[in-house]
Amino acid sequence: MSAVTAEHEHDDHHDDHAHGPEKGWLRWIVTTNHKDIGTLYLLFALAMFFVGGTMAMIIRAELFEPGMQFVDPKFFNSMTTMHALVMVFGAVMPAFVGLANWMIPMMIGAPDMALPRMNNMSFWLLVSGVLLLASTLFMEGGAPAGGWTLYPPLVLQTGKALPFAIFSVHLLGISSILGAINIVATILNMRAPAMPLMKMPMFVWTWLITGFLLIAIMPVFAGAVTMLLTDKFFHTSFFDAAGGGDPVLYQHIFWFFGHPEVYVMILPTFGVASTIIPVFARKPLFGYSSMVYATASIAFLSFIVWAHHMFTVGMPISGELYFMYATMLIAIPTGVKVFNWTATMWKGAMTFETPMLFSIAFVVLFTLGGFTGLMMSIAPVDFQYHDTYFIVAHFHYTLVPASVFILMAAGYFWLPKWTGHMYNEKIGQLHFWLSTISVNILFFPQHFLGLAGMPRRIPDYAIQFADWNMISSIGGFIFGASQLLFLWIVIDTIKGGTGEKVTDEVWEDAHKHGLEWTLPSPVPYHTFSTPPTVIPCDHN
Amino acid sequence: MKKTKQLFAGATLATFGLQSAYADYALNLMQGVTKVSNDIYDLHMLILWVCVFIGIAVFGTMFYSMYHHRKSRGHQAANFHENTTVEIIWTIIPTIILVAMAIPATKTMIELDNVQNSDMSIKVTGKQWYWDYEYLGTGVHFESHLDAASEKAHRDGSDPHSVPHYLLSVDRPLVVPVGKKIRFVFTSADVIHSWWVPDLGWKKDANPGFINEAWTSVDKPGTYRGQCTELCGRDHGFMPIVVIAMEQGDYDNWVKTTLAKQEEKPDLSDLSREQLMANGAAVYLKNCVSCHQIDGAGAPGDYPALRGSAKVNAGVDPLIGFLQAGTSKMPSFAKLKDNELAAVITYIRNAPELGNKVGDEIQPKAITPVYDDE
Repeated sequence: MSAVTAEHEHDDHHDDHAHGPEKGWLRWIVTTNHKDIGTLYLLFALAMFFVGGTMAMIIRAELFEPGMQFVDPKFFNSMTTMHALVMVFGAVMPAFVGLANWMIPMMIGAPDMALPRMNNMSFWLLVSGVLLLASTLFMEGGAPAGGWTLYPPLVLQTGKALPFAIFSVHLLGISSILGAINIVATILNMRAPAMPLMKMPMFVWTWLITGFLLIAIMPVFAGAVTMLLTDKFFHTSFFDAAGGGDPVLYQHIFWFFGHPEVYVMILPTFGVASTIIPVFARKPLFGYSSMVYATASIAFLSFIVWAHHMFTVGMPISGELYFMYATMLIAIPTGVKVFNWTATMWKGAMTFETPMLFSIAFVVLFTLGGFTGLMMSIAPVDFQYHDTYFIVAHFHYTLVPASVFILMAAGYFWLPKWTGHMYNEKIGQLHFWLSTISVNILFFPQHFLGLAGMPRRIPDYAIQFADWNMISSIGGFIFGASQLLFLWIVIDTIKGGTGEKVTDEVWEDAHKHGLEWTLPSPVPYHTFSTPPTVIPCDHN
Repeated sequence: MKKTKQLFAGATLATFGLQSAYADYALNLMQGVTKVSNDIYDLHMLILWVCVFIGIAVFGTMFYSMYHHRKSRGHQAANFHENTTVEIIWTIIPTIILVAMAIPATKTMIELDNVQNSDMSIKVTGKQWYWDYEYLGTGVHFESHLDAASEKAHRDGSDPHSVPHYLLSVDRPLVVPVGKKIRFVFTSADVIHSWWVPDLGWKKDANPGFINEAWTSVDKPGTYRGQCTELCGRDHGFMPIVVIAMEQGDYDNWVKTTLAKQEEKPDLSDLSREQLMANGAAVYLKNCVSCHQIDGAGAPGDYPALRGSAKVNAGVDPLIGFLQAGTSKMPSFAKLKDNELAAVITYIRNAPELGNKVGDEIQPKAITPVYDDE
């Protein structure tokens, strides 16, 4: 193993001379290097995390007390809409694409992504799409305010912003599809010859499946919003009963995209968790093949459960029952994943560095979000839960202390590999504890609010909801402020961190768990110009 | 078993010091006042306890492992990574639990769906931003808006705590008899709304151009409050629902007086300027304020300002015609009675808070119909 590594160090040194990065700022515009593009994606996602987070702070400030204090109800609706769109399409998805760019070639022993120029293009399309979306904030009539689901007829009441929002969805869709094609092509074509599919790291597996999800769903979303566009400007009536259409049709199309879309954000999350937990448990991932099958099952199920977002829309009883049963099934493969992570930790020799802490918090808090998801799958009970803060609590548990926490974990886990510097463990753990405590103060009371009868997407509320809302807002402010620590840590680590010299494997015995740890730290600009012959694989 | 669960729940809550009489710290779903809402509550508690027990098992194992299997305690890592038997076990057990859950859930779902054999029907139409109730076959038909006190408080920044049932109170509640199976039909005049009273156990979307059905049968008299639960635009948070359930006799009386009031011809005699302005302000607060705002400034890009508007400040007759006919953007207000129209026109032309000062007063008799709503 060490011989292989040394040989590569030599190769990389040689490559560095041949094709180093472009000099100056132009490097970041024209780069086709998977590591540069990964960095761009991650930094962009981090910036959007703070933009979307600022919107969340505005929402929580308005909801701090009953009564209207800071914003107009319409602007409040714009904030909930834009917060969701920015976080989903600007922060979480790009962050996982960034991780895919950085890690997949290094994990499968490939020199770069399969389609490097397209890679550059999908990043800049993403930036254009998000900027176009953000520009709607300054347009006459304000940004879209009909919720991120863009339901007609309400969304058709949007002012000048509507076509811009729709075109930005098109751009984001094209960007995602190109990114997904690139990832799938890379995984299927560029693996080191010694790596069969069933020896791929879990992160690569989850992204392979996510890639197919994206290719399948983004055109559906693009189609739905295009129908909105023609309904508004070209006199079609897809969603207008007066012309023979049906507004509920939009919801079916949207959620056929929307449900797999939420799994686009959670499957790579699973992949990173399955990568980190074994390293700190010092034990192989338990049930590798069942993890692969569970991921594939979840992805398949995601296509046949969409109308559970629409239990109260007025479906025939057969539809209600079918979507209830199908949705309940998701609990089975998801349960398998949680049990497998637990079994991976069982009888390990665990240490609790920041990435592990975030990963454990992910398993626990994601499971909480999964439990409320199971509760909501029971259709008659969802007639109470639907469109309340109970739902808000549910999906934030599956997104914030799940996807976002795992993105933080990934940052702490791989930053030393990327930069060659160690982050400040004390500050990292402080960030972890502040985030974990405040995220629960923020979202746990929202379960109570929803059950007590508070609808979602309202800028003002009845007095009996005042106390939990104030507690939730306080949690939100602490959570928001705590993320500045993460920003500081990222900058500090890039600049040199603790000054401690990190080894190639960074974490004890990490080289047993993945190819990326056999490379030098920091990782050279070009890696695996020749494919590795020995694949560290601890599960079979 | 049920007792044990309740005891356990009580003990848990008491531990956290949260078991108080305050509704402010409500933690759980309300049981509601119908059989279906109680069935739904039981299902909710059942699935909640299933989750709690699975959670205790999984998290218990995980935390046991985190405490005992740590490197700092000198634990040596094992190297197992596969066991088909346990994989099969933890696939089969959840499947059995789910099937067991699906059976009562299916029963309740079928019950919830059965709108047959109802005693009466009420048509509910969602509108931006109020509800319209029509008691089919009786002639009772009225609008239900957010009450004036809440409407004013959320707009002028006064203390919401001083308003009784802030944002959960309406000018005209829906009145229903207890013990009768009431069928609701839902539709909408504009965007999608959703009608939810938690105590009845369900919500149902009101879709424009389509009809949805649901039913309820309220067990005990009382006042039950709810809200619109589908984002429907600017004032989505300000279109509550109040249902008053009363004994059949009281309900019959209510129908009688309501019908009598509906028949009453409006009083078209001349009013003093103060009365016109006061009545106009009330009509404005109910019908106009959502779009044109409390200061008449409108919403740039969405709704025009009345403040300094040429249309408002010019001749009265075109203004009357405009209000009665409506436009593609503004609904017709032919539904307003002549005395209401006269008052609100006087108000918008002269209210200092709207910044207009034409200096005239329009009397009810001055209103000539463009469209008659009869």
